Amino acid sequence: MIEIKDIHKSFGDNDVLKGISGKFNPGITNLIIGGSGSGKTTLLKCMIGLHHPEKGSVEYDGRDFTQLNTEERIEIRKEIGMLFQGSALFDSMTVEENIMFPLNMFTDQSRSEKLDRVNFCLDRVNLSGKNKLFPAELSGGMKKRVGIARAIAMNPKYLFCDEPNSGLDPKTSIVIDELIKEITEEYNTTTVVVTHDMNSVMGIGDYIMFLHEGKKFWEGSNKEIAKTDIQELNDFVFASRFMKAAKDKF
Amino acid sequence: MNFTNFGRYILLLKAAFKRPEKWKIYMKAIFQQMEFIGVGSLGLISIISTFIGAVMTLQIAFQLVSDFIPKTIIGSVNRDSSILELSPTISAIVLAGKIGSAISSEIGTMRVTEQIDALEIMGINAPGYLIMPKILAGITMVPVLVIISMVLSITGGYLGGTISGAVSPAEYIQGITTDFNPFTIAVALVKAFVFGFIITSVPAYEGFYVKGGALEVAQASTRAVVVSCISILACDYIVTQLML
Repeated sequence: MIEIKDIHKSFGDNDVLKGISGKFNPGITNLIIGGSGSGKTTLLKCMIGLHHPEKGSVEYDGRDFTQLNTEERIEIRKEIGMLFQGSALFDSMTVEENIMFPLNMFTDQSRSEKLDRVNFCLDRVNLSGKNKLFPAELSGGMKKRVGIARAIAMNPKYLFCDEPNSGLDPKTSIVIDELIKEITEEYNTTTVVVTHDMNSVMGIGDYIMFLHEGKKFWEGSNKEIAKTDIQELNDFVFASRFMKAAKDKF
Repeated sequence: MNFTNFGRYILLLKAAFKRPEKWKIYMKAIFQQMEFIGVGSLGLISIISTFIGAVMTLQIAFQLVSDFIPKTIIGSVNRDSSILELSPTISAIVLAGKIGSAISSEIGTMRVTEQIDALEIMGINAPGYLIMPKILAGITMVPVLVIISMVLSITGGYLGGTISGAVSPAEYIQGITTDFNPFTIAVALVKAFVFGFIITSVPAYEGFYVKGGALEVAQASTRAVVVSCISILACDYIVTQLML
């Protein structure tokens, strides 16, 4: 479980996060949603230590990440898998080398053991046989799937996904969403997904935290989100004509 | 570099030289960088050094027209100029352009495409993995390239001088073998070591702290070459002053 308490973060005079708290449980897909500039990516970066919050704590199963020294942080980071918005695959490495990279760095497995793990991860994201391709040879959806494969290579306890559907067509987006949900349930990972994709919200949002102007405005599940009367949340959820029409119909 | 940048540069170097997570992987990266910096620059350095040596001989011969000055001086001047100044400094400036811009844009692109963030999230010391192999490769391969450059520059001088008739082969060889001071080689190698460090560490710093996109990566690359060249010339003066 990941628990954040009273997170504050500002850049110069701009207060981006204004005291956000919440719990993200394992085995379910936790979503952080909000409009552009609401602070969701900043919150994610505070949680994984790429930004340092001015105030507040981030606890990984009781271990306060903000209070740990570098070595202790590295130990927690070995338990973290991360899917970046742009996939962040290493351009100079093949798909196989990308996925094998954390295994090379942190395990003493033999080459065949590592290769088995790579093939297992690739199979898990339906990319078997793509080992020798370079990132430049992959489509956007394939890059995301390789990103997921790399993220799960070390059997992470915590999985973070930053806008996993950005730039993908609706069909591929659903594939990625379902993959994240399956992996979360199968390995009981604590998964936190930052998104503003309403298909993801309605499809996989077991727990949803809605941010608006750097504050937590609402939390609940995808079953509850359509029933709220919070104006800011409704403005966000039903911003598209499709969602508005769906709401009017039902 | 202002003081803030210099401080961040020192802190980055400190982070880069932390104990590696796995030496085997770092060694592989070091050899890859050695190949890129050393073998990859060999052709360019060879061509430049040979022509500079040839041109130097012609220009020295053009200036030394007095009957009181023996022509063997042409070889001596060319030898000392090549060893002490031309081979280390010209090679370093050329390498700053070729290697420095490549290092800066490689690391800068990794920064803006979140690849460096990905390394850090994995628990890998990104400065160590990305920068340390480049610096170690630079401080080993640049001296090797400078030695090759010295040999080719002197050889180029021989070819240029003898083909043009500015100096006879015997006079040139007598010139380069007379009053040779081996300490000049040591000075050149110290310079090459320092320049190798600058050529790799300054562009790595510029690339590592890029913010933005493609435009900023390009700007960082340009800045890396400019700062490297100025640093090379400043250190050239300092090393010369200290050692000669």
